[in-house]
Amino acid sequence: MYRYDQIDRALVTQRVEQFRDQTRRYLAGQLSEDEFRHLRLRNGLYQQRHAPMLRISVPYGLLESVQLRKMAHIVRKYDKGYGHFTTRQNIQLNWPKLEQVPDLLGELAEVQLHGIQACGNDTRNITADYLAGVAADEHIDPRPYCELLRQFIALHPEFYWLPRKFKFAFTGATVDRAASRTNDTAVHLVRRADGAIGYRFFVGGGLGRQPLLAQEMNPFVPESDLLRYATAVLRTFNRFGRRDNIHKARIKIVLREWGIERFRAAIEEEYAKIKASVEGEELLLLPEDIERMRGHFPAPAYRPAAEVGADVAAIAAGDAGFAAWVKRNVRPHKVPGYRVVFVSLKAPDHVAGDCTAEQFEALADICDAYSFGEIRSTYDQNLVLADVAERDLYEVWRRLDAFKLATPNIGLVTDIVSCPGLDFCGLANAGSIGVAQDIYRRFDTLDAQYEIGAIRITISGCMNGCGHHSVGHIGILGVDKHGEEWYQVTLGGSPSNDAAIGERIGRALARDEIADGVERLIHAYLELRCDEDETFIECYRRVGMAPFKERLYLNESEAAAA
Amino acid sequence: MTVTILSRGELVDDDWTLIEDGHTQIGSAGGKVIVTLARWRSEREALLAAHAAVGVLVPNTADIEVVFAEISDRALIALQFPAFIDGRALSQAVVLRKRLGFTGELRAVGDVIQDLVFWLGRCGFDSIVPRKDQNLEACRAALREFTVAYQAAADEHTPVWIRRRGQVAA
Repeated sequence: MYRYDQIDRALVTQRVEQFRDQTRRYLAGQLSEDEFRHLRLRNGLYQQRHAPMLRISVPYGLLESVQLRKMAHIVRKYDKGYGHFTTRQNIQLNWPKLEQVPDLLGELAEVQLHGIQACGNDTRNITADYLAGVAADEHIDPRPYCELLRQFIALHPEFYWLPRKFKFAFTGATVDRAASRTNDTAVHLVRRADGAIGYRFFVGGGLGRQPLLAQEMNPFVPESDLLRYATAVLRTFNRFGRRDNIHKARIKIVLREWGIERFRAAIEEEYAKIKASVEGEELLLLPEDIERMRGHFPAPAYRPAAEVGADVAAIAAGDAGFAAWVKRNVRPHKVPGYRVVFVSLKAPDHVAGDCTAEQFEALADICDAYSFGEIRSTYDQNLVLADVAERDLYEVWRRLDAFKLATPNIGLVTDIVSCPGLDFCGLANAGSIGVAQDIYRRFDTLDAQYEIGAIRITISGCMNGCGHHSVGHIGILGVDKHGEEWYQVTLGGSPSNDAAIGERIGRALARDEIADGVERLIHAYLELRCDEDETFIECYRRVGMAPFKERLYLNESEAAAA
Repeated sequence: MTVTILSRGELVDDDWTLIEDGHTQIGSAGGKVIVTLARWRSEREALLAAHAAVGVLVPNTADIEVVFAEISDRALIALQFPAFIDGRALSQAVVLRKRLGFTGELRAVGDVIQDLVFWLGRCGFDSIVPRKDQNLEACRAALREFTVAYQAAADEHTPVWIRRRGQVAA
């Protein structure tokens, strides 16, 4: 885990004081509502339906126990006793009081947390593979590169007032677990045949209105040029991103309006100019810079498999609850004797991604005792204990289960991704939480979930798409029609290596139809699949939209035929 | 009517006069004036003959690398902030300073509020004209809102990855 030095500490502390003064001036009437809005957004503070929402950045999804304990304290002192993990691996608070936010940020700064650039038209928190460093399919650990770029974009003076938000995601593995191409820029760490490390850069992705996947700009930018290429992309965006229409201001619109050839040429030309100038010398990373940063992310002190390994299957044979959890929530680890444990934040009757003060504390204790003091947040609003010894699995399960953190549903139909929706969010047009819970109840039995298998249901309460509806196998988008909540359904989206934007199936469904509708789609899949191994998304890609559409709107086609 | 501005970190009376397009009167004879790029292009000789110094105001949509050939000898270049959230001129400024080597006065005009000043200073603006309602002392102090920075821009800060060379990871 990256440790702050005096430079990082000074920067975060001075940032708190800067925001304290801005809040004071706003409350004294010296800053207009609109001026303050842009300043508070750059500190993670959003105006929500009931209260301000504070988004806390979790750099590339990595947290340690001291931060979890601080979060427990924060949500008790400044909020209603819980926080919420988002699809960008961040934590949101729903009920802080504006006047208290500077103090809250001051407390966060004590444990290397902040809301810097968590919202607003700037470079946002970087997301990454939540299995970085432990995945068997990883070629290069992305975390050192994430931290180098995190520092580079934090309070970057030239790119602090961009046309719109700008998101980076990193992965260094074969499987894309970072939904990377849904970001403005995806950076894939690659190793060339000659052994040289570099970056495959994709630019121009984004969800929300007109969802698009990032397109390849450069297949191999040398390792030394991370900051040079990032500067070229950001400068191109700052210069040419549209500022006349907020809905057309993301970099994906520049790509769409220019076409990929012109867009790529502009970025490559800027990159060439940077390399040839004094600026390029400063931006060049030396091998020692990367090596030093790599030193911040050492492998944990793993014990020999003979010492920490266990016959997990044998233990599971005696306990059906444990067995179910191992089957769904435990994954292989690249080091023998260890496993990756998923912590489900999708318990029945709990809001997806929510985490109470007691759960924060329990997780801090568990990761201290059993996973080297660290935990990761995932893109699916769950958590990961990345380094659990096999001999500890049963105890970890028992302790997670005591805090409702062991629902064995990772990747299944009840592992629903959802934004806060109309219940909290000032932007939302429709509720998300209630819809997620209705769908959840339809498939509550484990047998039903296992029968259905791997599926990704995602729900957003508005076009902005925080619930990533565009890349759900079944995506649900809440819309407002004359004051009523309606839901548009898309099929076939995916955020992973087979990334795709879902296609709209047909007319929107009313609030009281949506859970029925999803159930009909699932039953359609169970009928249509060629065998139990064919997943929902594979089946959809084979048979296409028509048979699903037919079954979803069954009564209507009958009515039309009559 | 003198205007107080921030120049190289100090509050001073401005001795330049900004002449908008459409105004036929172009400042007192012999004075220092700033004119738009369009006027500079059409009236260059007359302006040089009539004034002690002529600076040029460049729109924030202009390609500064293309325009620079016409204005590289100017003592002052002014860049525009139509709204403080519009950061296009920050990229123009960095390119002027670091790529094109402009060493003259670089001025920020427009919707310049106290909370933009720090970023202006880092991007190479040494001449800042705050919006009329701004607290000038606070603007001056804002130049030093942070004593540290992660990255180089067009000021004295050395990037952290260079500062940390020679140290071992904590």
